[in-house]
Amino acid sequence: MKTVRIIPRLDIKGPNLVKGIHLEGLRVLGKPEDFAYQYYLDDADELIFMDVVASLYGRNNILEIVKRTAERTFIPLTVGGGIRTIEDIRNVLRAGADKVAINTAAINNPQLISKGARTFGSQCIVVSIEAKHKGNDTYEAYTNNGREKTGLDVFEWTLRAYELGAGEILITSIDREGTGGGFDINLIRRISESVPIPVIACGGAGNRQHFCEVLKEGKADAISAASVFHYNWLKDIVEKEKFRAEGNIEYLKRYSETKRPFDVWRFDIFSVRQIKLYLREKGIICRTSGASMVYK
Amino acid sequence: MSVHRSRVTIVDYGLGNLFSVARALKYVGAEVEITDVPEKILNAEKLILPGVGAFGDGMNNLRERGLVEIIKGYFKSGRLLLGICLGMQLLMSEGEEFGLHKGLDLIQGRAVRLKPQTKDNDCYKIPHIGWNSILYPMNNNYKYIGRETPWKKTIFENLKEGVFVYFAHSNIVVPDNPTFHLAETEYGNTRFCSAIHKENIYGCQFHPEKSGEVGLEIYKQFVREKYEG
Repeated sequence: MKTVRIIPRLDIKGPNLVKGIHLEGLRVLGKPEDFAYQYYLDDADELIFMDVVASLYGRNNILEIVKRTAERTFIPLTVGGGIRTIEDIRNVLRAGADKVAINTAAINNPQLISKGARTFGSQCIVVSIEAKHKGNDTYEAYTNNGREKTGLDVFEWTLRAYELGAGEILITSIDREGTGGGFDINLIRRISESVPIPVIACGGAGNRQHFCEVLKEGKADAISAASVFHYNWLKDIVEKEKFRAEGNIEYLKRYSETKRPFDVWRFDIFSVRQIKLYLREKGIICRTSGASMVYK
Repeated sequence: MSVHRSRVTIVDYGLGNLFSVARALKYVGAEVEITDVPEKILNAEKLILPGVGAFGDGMNNLRERGLVEIIKGYFKSGRLLLGICLGMQLLMSEGEEFGLHKGLDLIQGRAVRLKPQTKDNDCYKIPHIGWNSILYPMNNNYKYIGRETPWKKTIFENLKEGVFVYFAHSNIVVPDNPTFHLAETEYGNTRFCSAIHKENIYGCQFHPEKSGEVGLEIYKQFVREKYEG
């Protein structure tokens, strides 16, 4: 059995980690670099940072957060959101990221994939695809965080991205993202079976079973999730002020008053270690903590 | 008695993950220098050849900077050299990637393509990206060298067999002499050489700077170790 990867995804707006809720807005949860370090200690295999406004307003303000994160988290970091040119890729990698995830820019300028792969190596280039179900088993690729249609068939675009030199595909189901209702297994499996490069499934994780399903039936090589992981630290955020939230902390204030993970009923919440334990019980291999594997 | 901080020199030949490697080394207490200046590389206390990308590009970049003979000269000094990922592959005699290219020839053998494969209904994709275990090499020569394990007295000294490290590659090395295998890793139906050791040379196919605590431990040992010939 191959070793799978569990990758917490951090959506970043300005200085904050945020979480988008399906059909609602964004909630502020705290400082991304604090969460990132916590996940590193929690045995996360990699991290993904998505700058959620960069695509719309054309600004990249995430480099400082990347630098601070890279100083003490020694696991691979992928950064996406608003990356448009070879220079952008170079700057993100120099700041401390290991890979970039490109979506809008890759669709508008597919040569960015091939040039990026040629310049930095395929393993640095993750093509991020947002898929919306159009019925009749067809899916359309979207850009700008699910806001703009492209008219592209997701499967054709996936194949093309691979042919251009993408190292991995990050596939997000727009319909499932933030709902906690499970992955779109059909979508993930079709993507995974269509290209010989690794596929990271994103969008829809709500409980442990979803993780197992998307790996076994969806044939994903890795899973990226946000809500199930971030809300696990809610108690620490509010009571111990652990993740230094600033800005609009409306959501966190409500938790403080009710002492319940308000509105999180649709998600199981767990740490990375806990989900890995569950997966191992189901016969899926994931890496165990380094610290316990070292003599001394 | 003053405490001497080991200085590690990282070869900058225009490819890859220099800063990640530097960050990890600094974190474990080394003094780090990143350079492409031939004299500084030749006289380094300890040398790391990093790299990500294609074999041909790697060798061209080294040649353009006049570093091929320099690295060979450094090797003759007997001081420690660590190749990482592409850096390890360049140590071989030749590499097959978009054609056949000559390597540094410090370890006889070649770098070849790792193939995608299916095993037990699982697809093993290429590039091989993700965590995987490093295992003791299958050949038994170590018992003749008087070590209890193949990793004793190497930079893997403090690791348990089977620890996970992070890979991101499409090619593997095949040394002519299997006694130079320091570690092996299974991927699909292939068991490939994931680390090498010959005299004062080490090579890791994986990225220690991306391998969490295990990787930091490897760098710690590299910073501590002295090669006694």
